[in-house]
Amino acid sequence: MSTTHKSLNLTLKVWRQKPGAPGRFVTYPARNISTDMSFLEMMDVVNQDLIKKGDDPIAFDHDCREGICGSCSMTINGNPHGPDRETATCQLHMRRFTEGETITVEPFRARSFPVIKDLAVDRAALDRIMAAGGFVSVSTGNAQDANNIPVAKENADLAFDAAACIGCGACVAACKNASAMLFVSAKISQLALLPQGQVERERRARNMIAQMDKEKFGNCTNTGACEAACPKGITMENMARTYREFLKAELSKRH
Amino acid sequence: MAASAGLFTSSIGKKYLMGITGLAWSLFVLMHMAANLLIFVSPKAYNAYSHVLISNPFIYVAEAGLVLLLLIHVYNAIKLTLENRAARGERAFLTTSGAKGVSSASKTMAAQGSLILVFTILHLITFKYGTVYMASYDGVVMRDLHRLVLEVFQSPGYVGWYVVALVALGFHLSHGFQSSFQSLGLNHPRYTPAIKKIGLFYAVIVAAGFIAQPVYVFLVHKQ
Ligand code: FES
Repeated sequence: MSTTHKSLNLTLKVWRQKPGAPGRFVTYPARNISTDMSFLEMMDVVNQDLIKKGDDPIAFDHDCREGICGSCSMTINGNPHGPDRETATCQLHMRRFTEGETITVEPFRARSFPVIKDLAVDRAALDRIMAAGGFVSVSTGNAQDANNIPVAKENADLAFDAAACIGCGACVAACKNASAMLFVSAKISQLALLPQGQVERERRARNMIAQMDKEKFGNCTNTGACEAACPKGITMENMARTYREFLKAELSKRH
Repeated sequence: MAASAGLFTSSIGKKYLMGITGLAWSLFVLMHMAANLLIFVSPKAYNAYSHVLISNPFIYVAEAGLVLLLLIHVYNAIKLTLENRAARGERAFLTTSGAKGVSSASKTMAAQGSLILVFTILHLITFKYGTVYMASYDGVVMRDLHRLVLEVFQSPGYVGWYVVALVALGFHLSHGFQSSFQSLGLNHPRYTPAIKKIGLFYAVIVAAGFIAQPVYVFLVHKQ
C-alpha cells in the first residue's frame, strides 16, 4: 500500500466486449492518478483520455458513488468490488494500490449476468427474483401510527442488517458456482423477520427460490466467497435462515 | 406465480441431501477409523471386532444403507458440479483472493470427492473382497483380516496412495462437516464457531487415525 505517493501511474487490463461478440482484455495506461480518487473516478480519468483520443470509452455501471445503490460492478484483480471487505468499487480508494501496479478489471461474471458492454452486465435476473416474491403487499389507506406493530428489537436489528443488501450481485460474481443464494437469502430474511412479511412468508420463500433456480444461477456449496465479497456485510446466517424458511414452506404447502 | 422448485430437486433441496448423506458418512468414517485403531491392541481384538460385524445379518442392511447414501451423495455431487460449471459462464480468469479468498478445501470438494470415491472402491476390492485368510481364536474360526492388512501395507506404493487419499478425505471432511450444518439451516453466532472448530478437529483426527494404520504396519511390521 502506498502512503508516500500523492499520485500513481498504473496499467489497466480492462475487459472490452461488444454485445454479441467475444470479449478480450485491452491494456491502457492510467497516469497521474491521485491516491485520493475512488476507483470509479480513476476510470473516469482513463475514459477522458480515451474520449480525447477519439476512442470508445469503457462502459461501466455507476450511480450513487457512495455505496448504496449497488450499480458499480467491477471485478478488480479477481475480487468483486476490489480487495477490501465491505467496500463497494465506488468507495475503493486508489491509495489502496501501488505505483506501477497492473490492475485487471473485469465485469461481474456469471452466465445469468450477460455482458451488455465492457464492464456493464445485465443483472435483471435479480430483479425477476424480487418480482417473484421479494415484496410485501400493503393495502392502501391512511398510514398506520408509527410503532403500531410491535417488532422485537433483535428481529428489527437482524432485518435491518439483511436490508443492507444493495443487490449488486457481487456474491454471484465471487462464487465459483455463480450462486445468488446470499442475495436471495438477504431478501427473504429481511421480510421473514418482520411482522409485515408474515402474510406472504411461505409463498415468498418458495417463489423466490423457484425463480432463482429458473434463472439458472449455480447451487451454493458453502464456500463463503459471497460473504467475503459482500460490500454490505450480509452474513451466511441469512442463508441458513432461508433454508429453514424453504423447508417449512415446502413441508406445509397444500398444493 | 413460479412453480415450486421442489423440496429435494431445488438448489436448496440438493443441499439438504448433500448435508444429510455427508453427515451420515461422517459418522461411519469416524467409527471405521476408531475400529482400525484396534490394530494397536492385538490381532485378536482386530479380527474379533470385524467378526462380530460381519457375522451379524444386520450388516447387509447397514451396507445397503451406506451404499444408498453414497449414491445419493455422488449423484447430487455430479449434478451440482456440472450445473455450477455451466452457471459460471465465461469465467476462466481470476478468482477471489486476499481478504476475499476462501479455503482451498471448499473450492476443491469435487476433486477430493472423486479421489475418495475411486479410493473407496479400490479399498473394498483390496480388503472386503480381498484374499480370505482364516484364523481361530478360542475355537472360533473367523476371517484373519489382520494378516491381510499386514500383507497389503508392506508395499510403499500402497501406503503412499493410502496417505494421499486419506489426506484428501481429511480436507473433504474439514469443509464438509461444518458445511452440512449450514446446509441444514443450522447457523447461529452462538454455536457455529464451535461447530467449525469441532469440524476441523474431527477432520484431522479422522485423517490422522486412518493414516496411522498403514504407516504403523509399514514401519513396525516389516516382513
Ligand atoms: S455506485 Fe452506487 S454502490 Fe457504487
